[in-house]
Amino acid sequence: MTSEFAVEMRDVVKRFITPEGGEIAAVDHVTMQIKNGEFFSMLGSSGCGKTTSLRMVAGFEWTTEGEVYIEGKAMGHTPPFQRKVNTVFQNYALFQHLTVFQNLAFGLEMEGAKEDEIKKRVGHALEMVQLTGMDRRKPKHLSGGQQQRVALARALVKTPDVLLLDEPLGALDLKLRKEMQLELKALQQQLGITFIYVTHDQEEALTMSDRIAVMSNGKVKQMGTPVEIYERPTNKFVADFIGESNFLEGKIKFISKSEARVFVPSLNTELVGMPISEGLVKGEEIVVCIRPEKVRITEKNAINQNMFRGKVANTVYIGADTHVFVDLQGTRLKVWEQNRISRLDPKSFYAVGQEVWLMLMPENTLVLKKD
Amino acid sequence: MLQRLRENKSAQGTLLALPTTVWLFVLLIIPLILTLIVSFGRRSPDGNVIYTFTLDNYIRLFGYSTACPDAQASCYDPLYVNILGRSLSLAFNTTLFVITLAYPLAYFIARAHPKQRNIYLFMVLIPLWTNFVIRVYAWMMLLRKEGAINIIIGWVMNLLNIPFTPFEMLYTPGAVLVGMVYEFLPFMILPIYTSLEKIDVSLYEAAADLGANSIKTFLRVTLPLSMPGVVAGTILVFIPVMGTFIVSDILGGRQVILVGNLIQRQFLDARDPTFGSAASLILMVMTLIVTYFYTRKFGFGEEIVVG
Repeated sequence: MTSEFAVEMRDVVKRFITPEGGEIAAVDHVTMQIKNGEFFSMLGSSGCGKTTSLRMVAGFEWTTEGEVYIEGKAMGHTPPFQRKVNTVFQNYALFQHLTVFQNLAFGLEMEGAKEDEIKKRVGHALEMVQLTGMDRRKPKHLSGGQQQRVALARALVKTPDVLLLDEPLGALDLKLRKEMQLELKALQQQLGITFIYVTHDQEEALTMSDRIAVMSNGKVKQMGTPVEIYERPTNKFVADFIGESNFLEGKIKFISKSEARVFVPSLNTELVGMPISEGLVKGEEIVVCIRPEKVRITEKNAINQNMFRGKVANTVYIGADTHVFVDLQGTRLKVWEQNRISRLDPKSFYAVGQEVWLMLMPENTLVLKKD
Repeated sequence: MLQRLRENKSAQGTLLALPTTVWLFVLLIIPLILTLIVSFGRRSPDGNVIYTFTLDNYIRLFGYSTACPDAQASCYDPLYVNILGRSLSLAFNTTLFVITLAYPLAYFIARAHPKQRNIYLFMVLIPLWTNFVIRVYAWMMLLRKEGAINIIIGWVMNLLNIPFTPFEMLYTPGAVLVGMVYEFLPFMILPIYTSLEKIDVSLYEAAADLGANSIKTFLRVTLPLSMPGVVAGTILVFIPVMGTFIVSDILGGRQVILVGNLIQRQFLDARDPTFGSAASLILMVMTLIVTYFYTRKFGFGEEIVVG
């Protein structure tokens, strides 16, 4: 391996001509550095530019501006068949006229591998995805999960430096998807090759990835480890898109090197000891963000600071958690309580209209710029 | 009664197939049996059928005269065998030319922008709006000695100062081939287009991704996946070309006689329905044999769907 980065996208722009004759930037100045052996995910809703980015790495699309580097080499207009990356397609794109064995052998025959070698490598790849004995079947005769494995094996048998996966689990049912997530992750660690994984499923991205790029409107909104993305979103979009958040609009009253004091007009009060982030200045309009599971709810007022009285508007039982909706002077906050005790007794829930106290712990809140 | 029919799926199927079954029985099976009976008959001097059992018609078709006194070798006349052979080879050649012309065009249409595809398909179909016979006559106008092609070549040659005498293209095997290819081209374009259009673009991408350049992608992915269209087109072209007589009649004159012409003349000119029937059945058997071996090798294209 010659480069520190398996794949690098430098200031990449991809514009498409719309049917109306206009131009649209599907990918808008994206820069990403994906390390060797990393499980890297591009996460976003449809149309955010994640698939287009992946296709530019694969070579199915060429960049309008900027450059894609694979193993440090600028790709330019290198066609897909000359790039040492392989793709697992969303719809699997298996060759229906070929058997499972022939599907896997296809890529090796293109390399000019000898028959013995092909047999050995295909057998090994099938073993890896637990499809041994299926080699003579046609893809049509396999289940969705098995077809998915064939697609995976067909790409892996080529021993690429980088494996590109475009929503590979999208067509599978939830249970199988979860199994495959863990299997894919294990396979990636075992093989040590770089995975670039495109998904719209945040749980999937959080489960598997070493790092995630959250994308929206062709731009990378934040790049980081799953913990960073969830615990320290750098902007309101990511805080809103990943998991759920409560947002309180406010204004910075005072800011020091370590903390800030924020006035929240809707609660007509100040939050003190708030963490600061880069670029915030006094007087700036901001949003305070706190995750529903990080809000503390009690029936009694214990501490005074950052503690607010509210009324329970509704409770929703969803199995592992109970979601409590609390009105604070017209602002509704979501609070998730884990059901650590049996909820069989209806009295174990907060009653609607009951007075409760919410505590926003400074270490659990974020002060973010308004988008 | 109705209630029971509603529950009985197989009775529903039978009922749905009934009209066509009756139609085919009355208009295909019965006439076929009659043809078979007539083909074993003998022609009476006034052109009627004498029902008997003789293989004379078949013997005559394969070149052996029953009038020959002692079955000498000189009595062998391959006239009809040659006609059968010519029909077969013309059908092969036509199919081959049609595939060669139709495939690239179908490929082009299938890869065109969806909006343009319909325009191209429409253009392919336009000739079919004109009567078959009229279209063949149009070729007569083109191929004649005084026809459009000779005029244009003469004009170009004149510009280049090369001496040129118009030549006769009509009433040659080439003219018949051109006419056949022209007539049957759409029947090859459409099925090939349909099978090409069904191929998911991601399969081309997958092939490229696995290291195949465009030639290898075509040979290993596109061509095999479009074979059902080629097979369907071949059946749609080969069988009618084997039997048609209009094209060879108009463009081949008396020079290019095919089985179709032979049969037509037996019924209309020679007034020998027994020999005509025998020729019809031999034509059918030949077509069936070729189609059988062809589809046994390539299938009807169903394996792509069913596996």
